[in-house]
This record gives sequence, structure tokens and C-alpha cells, in this order.
Amino acid sequence: MQRTRRVFMRDAGIAMFGVGLAPGWLTRACAAEPAGSRKKVLVAIFQRGAVDGLNVVVPFGDKRYYDLRPAIGIPAPDGSLNAAVDLDGFFGLHPALAPLKPIYDSGQLAIVHAVGSPDPTRSHFDAQDYMESGTPGRKATADGWLNRALPPDSGPHSPVRAVSLGTEMARSLRGPNEALAVSNLNDFKVRDPVGSDLYESMYGASRDTALSGTARETFEAVKLLETLQKQPYSAANGAKYPNGRFAQSLQQIARLIKADVGMEVAFADVGGWDTHVNEVGATPVQGQLANLLANFGESLAAFCRDLGDRMADVTVVTMSEFGRTARENGNRGTDHGHANYMMALGGGIRGGKVYGEWPGLAEEQLYERRDLSLTTDFRDILSELVARHLGNPKIASVFPGYAGSGFRGLLGS
Amino acid sequence: MRKLLAWTIRWSVLAALVLASSPASFGAAKTSPTALDYSAFGRKLSKEEQILQAVNRLTFGPRPGDVEEIRKLGVKKWIDLQLHPERILENPALAGKLEPLESLRLTQADAARNYPNPQMIRAIVAGREPMPEDPVTRAAVQSVLHRVRVKRDMPESDPLDPVTPLEDLLSRDQIRALRNGTLDEKRAVLAAIPENKVDDVVIALPPGLRFQLMPAASAALRRKLMLMNAPQQLISYDLTEGKLLRAILSNRQLEQELVDFWYNHFNVFLDKGADRFLVPSYEREAIRPRVLAHFRDLLEATALSPAMLFYLDNWQSVAPNTQRGGKGKQVRGLNENYARELMELHTLGVDGGYTQKDVTEVARCFTGWTIRAPRDGGGFFFNERVHDKGEKVVLGVTIAAGGGKEDGERVLDILANHPSTARFISRKLAERFVADDPPPELVARMAKTFHDTHGDIRAVLKTAFTSKEFFSQGAYRAKMKSPFEMIVSAVRATGADVDFAFPLGNRLTQLGEPLYRKLEPTGYSNLGSEWTTSASLLARMNFALDLVQNRVPGVKVNASAYEADTAGVARQILFRDASPETQAALEKAVADQREKNPNQAARPGWIAGLVLGSPDFQRR
Repeated sequence: MQRTRRVFMRDAGIAMFGVGLAPGWLTRACAAEPAGSRKKVLVAIFQRGAVDGLNVVVPFGDKRYYDLRPAIGIPAPDGSLNAAVDLDGFFGLHPALAPLKPIYDSGQLAIVHAVGSPDPTRSHFDAQDYMESGTPGRKATADGWLNRALPPDSGPHSPVRAVSLGTEMARSLRGPNEALAVSNLNDFKVRDPVGSDLYESMYGASRDTALSGTARETFEAVKLLETLQKQPYSAANGAKYPNGRFAQSLQQIARLIKADVGMEVAFADVGGWDTHVNEVGATPVQGQLANLLANFGESLAAFCRDLGDRMADVTVVTMSEFGRTARENGNRGTDHGHANYMMALGGGIRGGKVYGEWPGLAEEQLYERRDLSLTTDFRDILSELVARHLGNPKIASVFPGYAGSGFRGLLGS
Repeated sequence: MRKLLAWTIRWSVLAALVLASSPASFGAAKTSPTALDYSAFGRKLSKEEQILQAVNRLTFGPRPGDVEEIRKLGVKKWIDLQLHPERILENPALAGKLEPLESLRLTQADAARNYPNPQMIRAIVAGREPMPEDPVTRAAVQSVLHRVRVKRDMPESDPLDPVTPLEDLLSRDQIRALRNGTLDEKRAVLAAIPENKVDDVVIALPPGLRFQLMPAASAALRRKLMLMNAPQQLISYDLTEGKLLRAILSNRQLEQELVDFWYNHFNVFLDKGADRFLVPSYEREAIRPRVLAHFRDLLEATALSPAMLFYLDNWQSVAPNTQRGGKGKQVRGLNENYARELMELHTLGVDGGYTQKDVTEVARCFTGWTIRAPRDGGGFFFNERVHDKGEKVVLGVTIAAGGGKEDGERVLDILANHPSTARFISRKLAERFVADDPPPELVARMAKTFHDTHGDIRAVLKTAFTSKEFFSQGAYRAKMKSPFEMIVSAVRATGADVDFAFPLGNRLTQLGEPLYRKLEPTGYSNLGSEWTTSASLLARMNFALDLVQNRVPGVKVNASAYEADTAGVARQILFRDASPETQAALEKAVADQREKNPNQAARPGWIAGLVLGSPDFQRR
């Protein structure tokens, strides 16, 4: 059933506040009568710490892979879960990501390899900063790409149109458009109702512009989320989220999407990928990376299942600041490298395919003779999602300084 | 339009950086023409403002009486005293409060041996280690083992020690009082338990009740309850407790500020493997004694510390192609993690002028800087056998072949004396103590002091604290409090009695700053702008109202100390008048309440809570 945005606004306004009590943004939204259906949602996921893309999307068809990684290489597919899960006869998924294989087969998951930031830095901090600002090499960019990605002229919008999961506001979502940091939807309120009203007027009147701006956004969102907090949430379609903060974040994003509260972009991160030491355990398919990936894959699979048909409106994109050295190091791990992989999931994705040109792993093909070379700029991927999924064509202001080398066709036009 | 304006102001500081570094500003980087204006740093403060500025920057916020004391002593003298903590008589209450926190005093080896940690549990499961002797530790380890075995579907190899049921240890009335009694009733029951039965009671209590009883328990009993409930968290408990108590109670406030600053500068993540028991000695022996020393000494202490060697993996870094002794013929190699963060975060700064080649060369210099048996809490050890003896070139300086441990020391010399380090450290200190975007001239003067004194931290800080910029309108109340500063300053302002501080640590997590748990080597930010988020703001407001209504366990505020008039309460908390807007909101709060409940006076504690949660209190 397709509900128009207008109907939702009216219903929500009545249900939550009664006629005449609707908050400012809602009255404005109703008056403006925005046309069209429910919002498209772009969910960005950051794997902090530089995930080892060569062990996530395994180039088992490249013989050099096993020369470079004698101890930690994931074996070529043999139909078991002790080896890579075949994708296309050349690449395979780490077996811990097996829950994503059905989504890949259904055509809703696309993978891009040898993708990343063209900036050469191997500093986590800088590389994350560049990727999140969307301006590799430019430290001065004050705001984040996902904030700028919000369509500029969409009229009145929800106070929860942009949500960063966690107490800190993600760098990707900082900027001129209102964005919210939420660690737990149910706690998102001042527990003393009288105190809540008072703080709202106190901060509203304050001349401390940074604080009063944040407070205004906060209280508008608090009101909107009140209804949602009263209903207990259970995942749909038998989806089972694993334990952990990342799964929690995805579940809350699913909850916001299903509640139709006007969210357009969301950001979640997951850490622990900096596997210098003991990346693999007793065998290459065990150990730290395998454990992290199992949780990562199960979380994403549960998210897709929970949303069911709503995935038609949703695109999830994953990224990590840089890849890791093509060669294993002396500690059954890998050090900071260059190009990596990305994933895009969603109803509109032309999946079931690994995109990008494979640069090869021979000594002279490696970046600085040590890392996977870059053949796709991460902004090629993100800009396509921004333009075709969110419907924001102004790529030059989302990714300033980016010339654009064309879309890769991840989304059907 | 209003939104655009608000945004422009909010981001003007960052926009200023855009302009400063690239004249061809682009796209979204809108900016106001005043963005580059440091003129507010030329406008002076009144005498009274100077006192508040000093006390808000060099301490975790004034306690009742502090402002008068500084006025009496004179601001300059007081600052000088804070710069020499050894001349300040320490608060006699502090030592007593720290006394039960045993793990903070243990050597790393004893901490590793005496506190259950995942490694120890694994060793006991595998039968490599015996069960601990102490009854509560033993019971705690057994209950963890039980959970592990159930989870892994393993048989119980040896039967659990029998648990005496609570009913056999306490009367029904006593048990009822523990469950549903008042705080005083609970206290009385706990205090009446004979000494030889305490351990049995701790073991017999259900886990939920153990947590509920903490506010009623003595410090020693509380640790037993904590040990039984979460044995692997006891060191974290002690660390959190110790850090909060020092920040709240110590008279050597600047020293505590600096311990927080330098710990975050040389951050180590508590939950990484052996760092779970290496952190207490790291903070105690490497950081705390050197917060006002020469930078070179502090740098070396961190470089030699097992906690840092473990956190940034240097302990495993060896010369390429070194053969490992023992059975596994594994080839180990260079690990660049420490070398990179050493230059990027500890010394030169990311723009300090080093290359990937320098990172590799520095990593080679530090090969062999390792830990003897890290899982058992061993100390630093230079392993000559795995050291790369070849020639290295670091930042253009040749380090001759054939060296040993001194190769690493040489690198520390080069880095500590590098002009980029002087600038980077000076700017970071200015960001913490002066303003998020400190005037470049001030940073340059601090860097000059750094250079002239070979990195004397005390001298660099003195340059900052005696500068005109420090006592200027540009710096006055310009910093947003970090969550740690907010919570500690609230407890200090209310003069709250702190029985135990761990619940404050849980609140800190909600505000976004779980102590000792910043995973990234950057540490927590010194920039106020990092802490202005919706989630954090709501958590601050909730904390403020809970604190004064005594809903934070372990902390007691005397709410009756607050006068009935709002202006007076505001002055008691802020040590100055509230802004007119905040004052008006407080008056409206009282008027509204009077209208609704004419017979009931406004709760003074509640008004104090509103002040603690106000925009005025979020700045320092």
C-alpha cells in the first residue's frame, strides 16, 4: 500500500498532537502539500579502522593473492564454509558473510572492488576525515558529504530527516542541514516532563547560538519520537538481529524508516577492523576478522529482512577509510594500505555483480608496490546514489572539487 | 533565513579554517566576514571575570568558596600555585577515598595475577591456572566459568562450591529490608552482618540486588559486590572511581586536568587485551608524575610503557624476516602502527612534515622495544635479537647501522626537538585551555617557549596562562564543557558528598565519554564543538535534574542549601548571575509551578537542577 506523504502528515499530525497542536515543521509540511510518495532513504555505514577488503571480497581467481597471503589467505571456494563463498568465479565472499549471499543472488547487493579515496594518506584519522567530508586531501571542509547530500529544495522537512546513530554526531552528517545524534530512541527525551518544557523555552531564548540551535532541533525531534517510544518494537518477517551496538543501530534505523517520520539519510558505524595482529585465528576463516564479519553480515541481513518490501525505498552503502597491505605482515595481520571494497544494498540496486576494474596484485600493479591499487573513486559510487536514489543532482556541491568520472550503473535509471 | 544565520555562526570557526588554508573557498563553505576576526582576544576582562576565567580553565569548575579564596590570594599567585601542585596541601579526604581502590596501586604483574581477566579465565578453563583462593573472587570466577561452559556446551569438570542460601545467613526481616527497605535500613542490615559471613552473603545475593545495595554498602563491601557481579570490570571500576574522585576532590586541580589531557594525548584503550590490567600502572607511573615535566621525558615514559607498546602493537614489531624461536616457525615482521601514531598524534602532527618512508624507518628503529610476557604483566624489555640493526634515515637524520635500543631514543630526541612538535603541542594545549580556535600569535609564543625551554610543559602553560589572550573576551566562557568536565563541575558546584563515583561514570557514558574507553589513538577531543549533539544535550539535562534530586546513587546533594529565589540559586551554581534569558526562564518556571500548585513552594533542588542543565552551565 502506497501512502502519500500528504496523507501521512495529516494522520501523524492528528494522531500525535491533535488538530491545532502540531509542531511547526508539521504544519508547514501540511500547508506546503509536498507531492510524491514516501521518502527515499540512504543509509551510510562506516567500517572504522580500515577493514581488510582483500579478505572480505576475496580475489581467489588471482593467483598472486595466495603468494602474498600464505598464512592468512581465505581458501578458494570448495562449497564449504571453510573457504570463500563464490560470487562470480573470480571473487568470493568471506564465509562469515554467507548471510549476505542470498541478497546478492536476489540482485539487491552489489559489490565494488578496488575502490576508495585517491588520497595517499595511511592515517586512520585523516582518511576517515577525508571520506566523511567527501573531499580527499582537503582538511578544511567543515561539513560532511551525507549532510550536503540531502536534497536542497525539498521544502519543509522532518526534524529527524538526518540521523546519526550514537552519542557523537558523525563527521559525515555535520553541516548546514539539521541532523540528529541518537544513541537510543527510547531514551531520547528529558524524563521530567515539566523540566523538558522549561529547558525548551530556556534554550530557545538563549543567545548561545550553538546550543540553542542544537536544542531546537533536539526538542522538535523529541516530540516527534514520543509516539514511537510508546510502542514496543519487534522486528518483522522473523528477522533476528545479533547482539552488539552495530545491530542495535541498524534496528533503530529500520524502526525509524518503518515509522514514516520523514528520515532521508542515516549513518551508523562499526569499529574494530584495524587488524594489525592476529587478523585470523587457527585457520584463515577464524579469528578476529571472521568474528567481526559474522556480526556485520548478520546485522545487515536482519536489516534487509526486517524491512522487507520497504527495501524498495532504501539503499545501504558501506565504506572504510582505506584497505590494508596486500601482503600479510609478520603478526598474522595486515597494515595500512590503499584501495578497498564497498557494498551497496537495496531494492533499486542492480546487484548480483562485482563492479570495478581489477588492477591485479603483481608487484608492479600494487600501489607503491604494497597495496591494492585504486580503480574506482569512492565518490563515483556515492554520487550515483546521491543523484539517482536521493534525487539530488547537485553533485558539485555534495563533492566539491570532484570532477566526476561517471556513474557505474549501480542503480537502474 | 534564521536557520541560515544560525548555521553561519555555528560553523564560522571551522569556516575560518577553510579560509585560512585555502583562499579559493568552495561550495558549502559559506562564511561570515568576521570569521577570521581574533579581535575579541584583545578585549580585556574585569577583575571578577578574570577570577572566573582562571578557575574555570585550571580546575574542573569552582566549589563553593573557591572564588573567594582566589580573590584573597590574587589570580596570578593562585595560577602559579596550580602550576606547582607539590606546593598545594592535598585534600585530606581524598586519600581515604582512594584507599580501597586496590588495583590502582598494584604493579602490573600483581594486577594481572589478582584480578580475573579474560586471559586468566581462559587459563583456568584450560586447567593451566588454579582457582583463586579468596572466596568472593573464587565464586565470581566460578560463576563466569559456569556461564562459559553453558555457552560452549561443555561439561562442568569440577563441581561448583556449594552456595549457602541467603535464608540461612539472614533473617526474613533482614532480607526484606535489603530488598525493600530505606537506605538507612539497608545500611543497618549490611553493617550488622558478622565479618565471617560477609563473603557468603555477597555470594548468595542475586546479581540485581547486589547492584541495588551498592549505595548502602561500605567501600570494601561494595568492591566485593562489584567483584562478584562483574569480576572482569573491577579494574575499570577502580580506574573510573579514582579518576572521578581525584577530579572532584583534589586541591591540585590543574594536575588532574593535565592528567586527563595527557592521557588522551597518549591515549590507550582499556579494553584491548592486556591493557585491561596495564592501564592503572600506565597512568600512575608514565603519565601522572610527568604532566608538568619536560615533554621529552613524558614522551619516553609512554614509549617505554607496556600499555602503549601493547596498544599500538610495537611489542610485536621485529626486523623483517626475523625467525621466531620456539616451535611455530612463523616469520614475523615490522609493524608500523606505533611509528605512525607517534609522529601523527604524539609529536609532529599530521602536517608535521613526515612521509611514509619516515614511518617505516621509525618503525625499524623501534624494533625490539617489547614487553616481557605481556599477558602476565611483564615490564619493558629490549630484545636485541629482533632489532633491525641496519642504517635508518629519519626526517633527514641518518641513524648509523649497528645501533640497539638507542635507535628508538634517538628518534624520540629528533621528534621532541622538532619545530612541528613545538607548534603541535602548543596549539593543542591552547585549544584545551584557551579556545577551540586559539589566536595564532598566542600559539606561536607558546611554541617559542617550548623551543627555548626544550619542551618544559610548565613553562609553556605559564606562557598561556599569563597571556592577554587567556584573559580576554575571546576566551571567556568560550569553551563548551566536555562530558567529563560537565559532570565533575556539577558535583563540585553543588558541593555534593560523594560516597562512591562509579554511577557518575555510567552517566558519563550516556553523555558520550566512557572513561578510558576511547578506542582510537586520538583520545577524546579537546574541542567543545565535538560535544554539542542532541543525544549528549538530553543526557546533560537528565543528569542535571537527577543529581540535585539525589537520583544518582552514591552522590548526595544537600538540596535544602538552595535559597528560594531563583537569582540566588543561579549564583550559587554559576558563581555569577545567570544570563537574562536563563534568569527569565527560571522565574517563569517558578511562576508556572505556583499557578499550578499554589500551596506548594517550588523545590529549591529542582531550580538548581535547571541551572545545572542551562546553557550557562555548559560553558566554562
